[in-house]
Amino acid sequence: MGPGVREPTTTVTVNGARLVANLDARVTLLDALRDRFGLTGTKKGCDQGTCGSCTVLVDGRRVLSCLTLFAQCDGRQVTTIEGLADHPLRAAFIKHDAFQCGYCTPGQIVSAAALIREGRAGRDEDIREYMSGNLCRCGAYPRILAAIREVASGAHA
Amino acid sequence: MKPRPFTYLAPTSVDEALAALAEHSFDAKVLAGGQSLAPLLNFRMASPEYLIDINDVAGLDRVRRVDGGWHIPALVRQRTVERSPELRAAFPLLPAALEQVAHPQIRNRGTVCGSLAHADPAAELPTVMTALDATMRVASVRGEREVPAEEFFQFHFTTSLEDDELLVGVTVDDLPPATSTGFAEFAPRHGDFALAAVAGVVTRASDGAVGAVRLVASGVAARPQRLTAAEKVLLGQRPTPDVVGAAERAARGEVDPTGDIHASADYRRHLVGVLARRVLTTIAEEGDHA
Repeated sequence: MGPGVREPTTTVTVNGARLVANLDARVTLLDALRDRFGLTGTKKGCDQGTCGSCTVLVDGRRVLSCLTLFAQCDGRQVTTIEGLADHPLRAAFIKHDAFQCGYCTPGQIVSAAALIREGRAGRDEDIREYMSGNLCRCGAYPRILAAIREVASGAHA
Repeated sequence: MKPRPFTYLAPTSVDEALAALAEHSFDAKVLAGGQSLAPLLNFRMASPEYLIDINDVAGLDRVRRVDGGWHIPALVRQRTVERSPELRAAFPLLPAALEQVAHPQIRNRGTVCGSLAHADPAAELPTVMTALDATMRVASVRGEREVPAEEFFQFHFTTSLEDDELLVGVTVDDLPPATSTGFAEFAPRHGDFALAAVAGVVTRASDGAVGAVRLVASGVAARPQRLTAAEKVLLGQRPTPDVVGAAERAARGEVDPTGDIHASADYRRHLVGVLARRVLTTIAEEGDHA
């Protein structure tokens, strides 16, 4: 290996657990999570950054895991839907029936968790705007909005 | 799909990155935010032998004040610019356009310079940087050079970057006093690439007449197109509704878009006129109240 060629071993913390893997450089974070680590909650929708179903948090910021190489996550903290098991959004989505088929739901919840933490969930139009990267083909948007609004306002407690 | 195999390089300095680019040049692609490149890789529309990931390169991730302007280095994310109080104040055009760029997830990783180097003629940032008369700072092992935005964007996905060159940053000069800016686009769905967009920068003389103007459209040519006929209509005039209407007609007349599955040529031409009018009307109202 020449200068700048990175040792292909990647160490990443996923939902608090330290994981080390030696994967082909072309493996995306999404494929690593699903196929290597068995974390199949994160969904592959379009694989081109359009649908948002693969949304995860990297160092607290939501990113599309289909457009992120696993090798780029060396030393980073990744949070997936499995890492949000106790998040009130999950109960709120069930209470408000915020899905039909459920395929987009993990991405919706991860994105909503980041949105609330960013302090951008104060108004309905802000929630809609900052959730705009997560598509729902079943059209559950009003219920998704209701679930996020409830958690953001603290009314779920 | 999976990308074709490539060798992944992760330089940690600009010099290392430039050395790798010099060595692999045409066979390499630079990876910054990856929000345009990764889909191309995933669908095998791009198959570089080497991927030069510049995310670990030190010193490229912070906006900084330079003499008479602001410098946005290669690793500054679009969301960082969108939310920067300093840049929002200096260049309201930037957040106005960035809020229309895809979605928050994309903007969290996508970089300003990456969008410029990708040079999609329908993208917002090349158009905005052309309107702002920004300067690209380009480096290679052969040295550094500066390229004005208008010369940088050449054709669909084609810039004046040579195979061994890296866009290390973009510098935007402060706007003169009495300058107003505006941006408008039309996209069928929020976050999509726009069918057409117009960015405008207008500086008024003391009598309220237009002293300087840059009006740029996207979606109508292979690169951002300056609407020079509309600019001529405006120069020296107060931007009254009549003058703005004349500029709208001039803009519509000077573009020659091609039709495609998304919109006919006539519709795009119509859009450019309407968007130019909206931008100029906003600018005129802002300037009149200043």
